[in-house]
Amino acid sequence: MNNKNKTASGKLLNLLGNNAVPIMFIIIIAFCIPISGFSSLFLLNEIMTRLSRNTFLILSLLIPIMAGMGLNFGMTLGAMAAEIALIFTSDWQIWGIPGIVLAMIMSIPISAVLGLVCGKILNAAKGREMITSYIISFFMNGVYQLVVLYMMGSIIPIVHNNIKLPRGYGVRASVDLTRIRKALDNVLSVNIGGVNIPVLTLLIIAAMCLVIVWFRRTKLGQDMRAVGQDMEVARAAGIDVEGTRIISIVISTVLAGIGMVIYLQNMGDMATYSSHSQIGMFCIAALLVGGASVDKASIGNVFLGVILFHTMFILAPSAGAKITGNEVVGEYFRVFVSYGVITVALVMYETKKRRAKAGMGAQLAAAQQEGDKR
Amino acid sequence: MSEVKEIKRTFIDGVRENLKSFGLPRLIITAFLLLMFIIAPFTGANFWVQITNVINRFSWNAVLVLAMVPMVHSGCGLNFGLPVGIIAGLLGATLSIEWGFIGPMSFVMAIVIATPFALLFGLAYGWLLNKIKGGEMMIATYVGFSVVSFFCMMWLVLPYKKPDMAWGFEGTGLRTTFPIDKYYGGVLSNFLRIQIGRLVIPTGALLFFALLALMIWAFLHTKTGTAMTAVGSNATFARAAGINVDRIRMLSVVMSTWLAAVGILVYEQGFGFVQLYNAPFNMALPAVSAILIGGATANKASITNVIIGTILFQGMVTMTPTVMNGLINLDISEVLRVVVSNGMILYALTRKTEATR
Repeated sequence: MNNKNKTASGKLLNLLGNNAVPIMFIIIIAFCIPISGFSSLFLLNEIMTRLSRNTFLILSLLIPIMAGMGLNFGMTLGAMAAEIALIFTSDWQIWGIPGIVLAMIMSIPISAVLGLVCGKILNAAKGREMITSYIISFFMNGVYQLVVLYMMGSIIPIVHNNIKLPRGYGVRASVDLTRIRKALDNVLSVNIGGVNIPVLTLLIIAAMCLVIVWFRRTKLGQDMRAVGQDMEVARAAGIDVEGTRIISIVISTVLAGIGMVIYLQNMGDMATYSSHSQIGMFCIAALLVGGASVDKASIGNVFLGVILFHTMFILAPSAGAKITGNEVVGEYFRVFVSYGVITVALVMYETKKRRAKAGMGAQLAAAQQEGDKR
Repeated sequence: MSEVKEIKRTFIDGVRENLKSFGLPRLIITAFLLLMFIIAPFTGANFWVQITNVINRFSWNAVLVLAMVPMVHSGCGLNFGLPVGIIAGLLGATLSIEWGFIGPMSFVMAIVIATPFALLFGLAYGWLLNKIKGGEMMIATYVGFSVVSFFCMMWLVLPYKKPDMAWGFEGTGLRTTFPIDKYYGGVLSNFLRIQIGRLVIPTGALLFFALLALMIWAFLHTKTGTAMTAVGSNATFARAAGINVDRIRMLSVVMSTWLAAVGILVYEQGFGFVQLYNAPFNMALPAVSAILIGGATANKASITNVIIGTILFQGMVTMTPTVMNGLINLDISEVLRVVVSNGMILYALTRKTEATR
């Protein structure tokens, strides 16, 4: 009886523990909405914008998690590929939908090569993929700067002066994308009760979700899950572990590239040297806020995460201003929360892993004892 | 005849062995730095000024790099959580100034005030790292970030009043950067400073580093220090030998955190400014890559690694801009720094021998 009670309360605790982060966020948001004084229409509009802007990027994180490689901080590489593609399309002055489609297509080979490199490096650092992919993103940022700041215009032809720096080579700190601004979002956009809904972007996101659901059922998807569960077992089953892991990173990077094009067409402006630098952190934080963990993430987590995280993002500055009289505090607060959420998720993952290991050890010991008795 | 061949072969093997242990990236960086020194005079840069710059930068950064050593020794990996200690140091710095200490006294008091914070933060940080053995580096990174961003809010909210530090027009909240000439700017560097022509040696700062390095070296040779090394090289074996692994790891984290706190104060006295808010974000990676360039691995580091690494890294950082600018009128030093320092960390992370720890 006692035992049963324990498991019931344990289950409840587990449920709460597993969803601690989303619950915490709902509380923060519920607390901040009345303080901020925003109208619900404004909030809904903002959330819809953020949903269409960020969701695709976050979807790119799902596949490496499936393959047991944790949170892919290397998604930044895809973002850089997209930026390079957009610099070219802007220089060639291909605007509107054709510009966006071309940028997406052009980003794919760049992302794929970067993803391949990233995957190879991560295979050499098994068990520490996250920190390695995190450092790779920094490393590649250096390479990106080398290409964009020094090679473009001098080695790689860039024609237009509004993109080049006045010194004759290198790309300006900001690339104007006004002419593809919301080109994708405005196609088929619908206004329902004052809320603007970018139907086409949402359809693309929905299609991507379906692709991911389908992908999980394919042979490759199954292989990835097997690799994610146990690399040795997967290898014994004849799966090319290294190859599968590389493919998962390549897919993730390519998706991140496409997602970044969607993101930037919504923004309508590109900070050449900083747009990508924070994107990985915010996407990962959003996914974790949605209740994902390092080894388990679903499409539901993505959507819940985008909504909760970005609502907090919208609310924090004005709520901070109202509470402390200083808007900057709110801005720092949301950065703190992003980092804090990632930290908490990482800690929970590691402790769970250790506990599972210890549990397995105890089980093994018990089984051995049983064997001895017989 | 064959004997000669034999000897020759072993000699070549020996060289190869040495090269291998020295590591290819380190070789490249050393060669690069030497090349820079050779080219520098041709670009119009004064050789002694360059040497002075390198020594100066070394004296600012060496203690921060030294802060890596205890944690690496106890197997906690590279201390990406350096900002935790830096924040303790910044608390010491700002409080010491706020409470009206000036001159060298403000430096001493900054260390004294920073110490309890460093101990407290170190204990909490160490406790957390003991809970998540195996995943230290990633979590350390984010713990560092969380603490830094939390203190971004605190610098604004805490009731600092001193006009030298606070925003002038509001009177509350600290400035992002403020000079400390009146306080402890240059207290170490100017102490016993030696000037020979254009070569300037900040003796005091070097002595201070030497003192701390000696303390760490001596500590690592005590019984506890040996235990720390044992924990780092094989935790299971150490436990079997009756060492309290968690306690030793905790101690190493506290030491690293305290060294980071002192390290940032030493950095500031050389630099002449206190940088708050987002500045500590970018301080862990240079220190990590410096010690790696010096020949440390994720679970082995010595004082020599610290010294060599800091000289090579800071040498690279200070030499490249001048040489590159003089040579091709193109400053790619920032890019080079990013690529080399992160490339070095990647190299260390991907080596097989360390992955199987």
